This record gives sequence, C-alpha cells and structure tokens, in this order.
Amino acid sequence: MTFTHRHLLGIEHLRQDEITTLLDLAEDYVTLNRATQKHGDALAGLTQINMFFENSTRTQASFELAGKRLGADVMNMAMQASSITKGETLIDTAMTLNAMHPDLLVVRHPHSGAVDLLAQKVNCAVLNAGDGRHEHPTQALLDALTIRRAKGRLHRLNIAICGDIAHSRVARSNIILLGKMENRIRLIAPPTLMPSGISEFGVEVFDDMAEGLKDVDVVMMLRLQRERMDGGFIPSSREYYHRYGLDAAKLAYAKPDAIVMHPGPMNRGVEIDGTLADDINRSVIQDQVEMGVAVRMAAMDLLARNQRALQGGAA
Amino acid sequence: MIDTLFTNAKLVDPEGGTVITGALGVTDGRISAIITDDTPHPQARETVDCDRKHLAPGLVDLGVKVCEPGERHKESFGSAGLAAAAGGVTTMVTRPDTDPAIDNPETLEFVIRRAREAAPVNVLPMAALTKGRQGREMTEIGFLLDAGAVAFTDCDNVVSDTKVFGRALSYARSLGALVLGHPQDPGLSAGAAATSGKFASLRGLPAVSPMAERMGLDRDIAMIELTGARYHADQITTARALPPLERAKQNGFDITAGTSIHHLTLNALDVADYRTFFKIKPPLRDEDDRLAMAEAVHSGLIDVISSMHTPQDEESKRLPFEAAASGAVALETLLPAAMRLFHSDHVDLPTLWRAMSLNPAKRLDLPCGRLAIGAPADLVLFDPHAPFVMDRATLQSKSRNTPFDGARMQGKVLHTFVAGHSVYKRA
Repeated sequence: MTFTHRHLLGIEHLRQDEITTLLDLAEDYVTLNRATQKHGDALAGLTQINMFFENSTRTQASFELAGKRLGADVMNMAMQASSITKGETLIDTAMTLNAMHPDLLVVRHPHSGAVDLLAQKVNCAVLNAGDGRHEHPTQALLDALTIRRAKGRLHRLNIAICGDIAHSRVARSNIILLGKMENRIRLIAPPTLMPSGISEFGVEVFDDMAEGLKDVDVVMMLRLQRERMDGGFIPSSREYYHRYGLDAAKLAYAKPDAIVMHPGPMNRGVEIDGTLADDINRSVIQDQVEMGVAVRMAAMDLLARNQRALQGGAA
Repeated sequence: MIDTLFTNAKLVDPEGGTVITGALGVTDGRISAIITDDTPHPQARETVDCDRKHLAPGLVDLGVKVCEPGERHKESFGSAGLAAAAGGVTTMVTRPDTDPAIDNPETLEFVIRRAREAAPVNVLPMAALTKGRQGREMTEIGFLLDAGAVAFTDCDNVVSDTKVFGRALSYARSLGALVLGHPQDPGLSAGAAATSGKFASLRGLPAVSPMAERMGLDRDIAMIELTGARYHADQITTARALPPLERAKQNGFDITAGTSIHHLTLNALDVADYRTFFKIKPPLRDEDDRLAMAEAVHSGLIDVISSMHTPQDEESKRLPFEAAASGAVALETLLPAAMRLFHSDHVDLPTLWRAMSLNPAKRLDLPCGRLAIGAPADLVLFDPHAPFVMDRATLQSKSRNTPFDGARMQGKVLHTFVAGHSVYKRA
C-alpha cells in the first residue's frame, strides 16, 4: 500500500500512485455498500468529529454515513451555531476538540487554508471537507472514481469543467487531480468566472461552450456559487443559462458517449437542464453521490491505518 | 575639543556616494570633523575604535506604526523606540492609523509627549489627512502643522472621493505640507489578501490585480497636476506603476515615492502554505516586480525604502489567511534585510543609505541623514557581513510578527547613536 499521509488536506499533496491506491480501496467499499450487510470494522473504536463551519447537508451526511458504516463513533458539530458566534477563534475550538481525543476530524470552513491551519494544531487525522475556494479533495476523488467506472480508465480523457471556476474549490481539486492522472483538461466559463493566472495551469481555456465541449469524454458542470459572489459576475441567471447552461443541444458537441457530472446541489435551469440532469443514459450525478460515501470510507480507513502505525511506532 | 572621535571607520556617505575609511568627530551632538586622509587625529574626550566596521547616518524610517493611542499591548513608544535603536533607526516618522486616528492637535500632542518620555530615538509624527481617516472632511492641517505634524496621510485608507482629496491637497499645498498617498484603486483592492495570479488562484485567496496600484497612482498624479501639491507615494510595489511615476517626475511635479523593505526582499510565493506573517498591504508581488523595485531603488526612481513597521499580536495573526491582520514588524530587520540587496549586487551601500536615510530626511526638510559637518550625530555602526539566523524571540518590539523568523541574514547593527549619545550597543 502506498499512502503515507497523516491528513487529507488537498489533492496537491498526493502522488499518482496514492490516488490509485485510494480509488482501488474505494472500489471494495462500493461493493460493501451495495450488500445487505453494510458494516465494516476499519474504524471500530475510533471517534470521528465532523466540524462544519459552513452549511452542508450532502457532504456532512456522506462523511457521517461513511464513518458509521466503518464502525466509528460519529459526532456532528454545527459550528455556525456554536462557539464561533461567541468569539472563540478557530484554533481555540480546535484545541478544545483535540482535548477530547478524536481520531478523525472532518472539517469544512469558509476560509481558504483554514483546514491546514487547524491540522497544525491537533494530534488526530484531519480531512478537508472543503476550505474556501482552495480544495475539496474527497469531491475530486469521488469524481475520479465515477469517471474511472464509467469510462474504464482515468487517463488520456478529454474532460471539460464548466461554469463558476473562480469560486470553486471543486474545480481546483479536480484540475490538480485530473492533471496528475494525465488527462486533457478544458475550462469553459465567462472570463468573469475564470480565476487569474489560469493560462499557467496547464489547461485549455474557452469562453464558448460549443467550442469547448467539442469531442470531450466528460462534462463536469459546476454550481453557480451565488453566495460567494459580491455581485456583477454575470448579467443574469437567464443569460447565463442561455450561454453556459448545459442542455441537450450543447451536449451534442461532446462525444456521443460523453457523461455529465455535477457536484451538487444543482441549480436546475441555471447551469444545467433538469431533464438532462435526470437522464440516466448521460448523467452520472447519482453515481457521484454513491461514490462519495465509498471514497470517504477509503480515505478515513487509510488515514486511520497510518495513525495506528504512527502510534504503534511511538509506543 | 571634540566630544567623541570615531576612528578606523568605513564612512558610508550617501551624498558623496562613497565608502571611505576615516574618522568622524562629534561635538555637542553634531558632526564636527570628518577626516579621510593622513592628517593626525585631533584631541577628543572619548575615542571609539570602529574596528574597520561601517559608520553611516542613522536610518530615517518613513511610515512606522506605533500603536499608541489605542493598542499599546501591540507596541508602545517605549518598545518601538528600543526596536528602532536596535535596528539603527534614529528617526521614526510615525503613522496616524491608530485607534483613534491621530487627526486633531490634542491627540497629536499626546503622541509627541509619549514619544518624548519613552522613546530613545527621534520621533516625528504624521497626522491624518481626513477626520477619522474616513475620507469625508479634511483635518485641521494648519493646527496640526503647528503642533508638529511632519506630513499628512490616511495611510492605507484611500481617499476615494476625489473632491475631498483635491480640496485636502490644495489646502495642504497652501501651507507647504507634504501629503502621503497610498496608490491603490480601492474598488479593485477591496477584500484582497494576495496578488492575483496562479499562486493566489491555487491557494483560493481573494486577490487584487497589480493594475490597481497603477490606477491609484495615475489618479493621484492627475490630482497633483491639478493642485500642485507636495506628494509622496507611500509604497510603489509593481513594475507597472514605474513608468507613470517616471513621467510625473520628468514633468516636474513635486512627487517622490517609497517602497517597503518586504517588497524588495520577498515575493508572493513566500506565503507558501498560508503563512500569515507574510500577509502585508499591499500584498507581496511576483518576483519580476520585486526585481523591478530593486532596480528602481538603484536608479533612484524609487526615493525611499521604509520598514512599514506594523505590529500585530499573535491573536490577530493566528487566523485563516483571509481573516488574519495585515502587516509585519520591521524596525529591527530593515537594515539586515536591506543588506540582501547589497550582497546580491543590486544596490550599493551609499545608494541604500540615500533611500533609507538621506532622501526621507530631505523630503521632510530634516538636517539628518548625511555625514556632513553640522549635521546631527545620528549614526549607526554596523557590520554588513556578520551572519546570523533571525530569531523573533529576540526582537524588542512587543509584537514579533516578522516574516524573517528563522531566516539566514547578514548585517548586524553594532552601535546606534542619537545626537552623539549611545542609544543601543550590541552586547
């Protein structure tokens, strides 16, 4: 097994073989999750705390289920309602939780880099469940697993990532991961939603869907993150849908067997046509959710193994 | 008779542009003799053998934040004064971005009194250009000048209302007062924690285009043309802003410009994994910009190097990068950091001393900053080659937010004098 990290903070720190190791293990958990008896014991006796400083239903539920299926004691903390509003700093919160001896901390935070900061201050394994506009590693891993299962490989594919790239941590993690696995990446967005310095990312950049989607194998749509915008990035939702929303007509530019992905939650009729999103022949959006649980089980399993090895080594 | 005679010194003369071995005499707090030939040394009450180390005018640091009034736990005149002395800074020109802002004669008098009581070096305060640094109404520029303000600035709050800014510039001009601007387009730079580009995008940080600085400078230059005011840009940090600055100087406007020591010695990549001690304002730039700034100091287009000393306590830095406070302490690291430019052959010692001592003194009509008969004996004795590893625990500042913690540096201050009196001696 090649996966030696203490934390999962971002795809940036992972090597190609480590990504493959993690995805291979996740395959086993897909099988487990489809069985009637869904219990493993990889995390038995361990305590997992989910700290979400930002609203999340889907990711938090996915992490919770992943932990429970592997036998961990899982606690959810809704941090907006808690000590943060009383003025406690992130580090104090981390130190307090650390004193309760958790083994796995799953953290989402609205500020880029906040999870890295927290990881420096605690003794347990930390999983980044999304930090600001920086990274969302488990999302990229579940996307990778979904692509690998649908396409039979995770290399030499033409993959288009479309939409609000500037505000998206999903896009960043996916660009890094898919790049490491040697795919051709195209970014399609209006220039206002493209991050600066994009030309140095080793990707192809388009501001037109017809051109950008030509002959791609995978179309990855992103949610328009209106809550992160301070206004004026696009003229209106309807113009955005007209020019960048994915519908059957625009998808026709892609390869006939191209798959459609979306990290959710979707704005139907803004970035994606509702009917297309539900089309089981093209859309793998529900598979992404399924792979999410398996990938998170695999990630926590690997981190727990490393932690046990570390503690064993110290003893 | 001469009070103190410094012998066997390498005299760094920013006016003459030379480094010559010789002796320097001090009488009644002023330089009274400079001997660079074989003539016998005159009698002196006290002789200091400089052991072939460098003796230069003390640094004049334009833009130091001392956190009085308001946040004395971050920095007081006492602690800042000790830090300045240890850094070879003999004159601190202080900023008014305190809490409350130094925007009325009463607060200014408090500051002057505190500085006189507590600081071992010269302290010259600046005052706010507009009340509360709010950019709505100009301060009592006349009263503040009478009370001792040496320049006027709203620091990093850009006066975005051009009518208000224009009136303040015109009024200041009628009194001959110097105004410091912060060239930055406030719309583009709002909320930014980094310079836009690949690094900021990968780190997911809100970023500002370097163009915002040029836009701010272009506007300020137009306002100077309109009003004829005396103007100093506090920090120019990008290559793009240099051509308009050069044109404005060629056009004969009364304009000078500074940059910070951090923008001359660090770049955006130093932030690495969200190291908040590297969060400053404006944010660190690309390496190309850093090199352009070093070249502009060498050519004299950039007149002044400042520490932009900004104390922040641990609590305001131990936060996610976006939420952390901006600024770095630098009084004690200004000289050793500047030596990096010397050792890398970008800027020689007399040119560095022009930027760190002579030019800021000239801009504020101060007699210091030069090795000349009659000039105040504000002096720093230093060894530009002495190596050390920076340990922030050794800093005199109450706040120790230096980006150079753990860095290998060369250049130690050995002895600092203000008006001929020793205010710091390395143990």
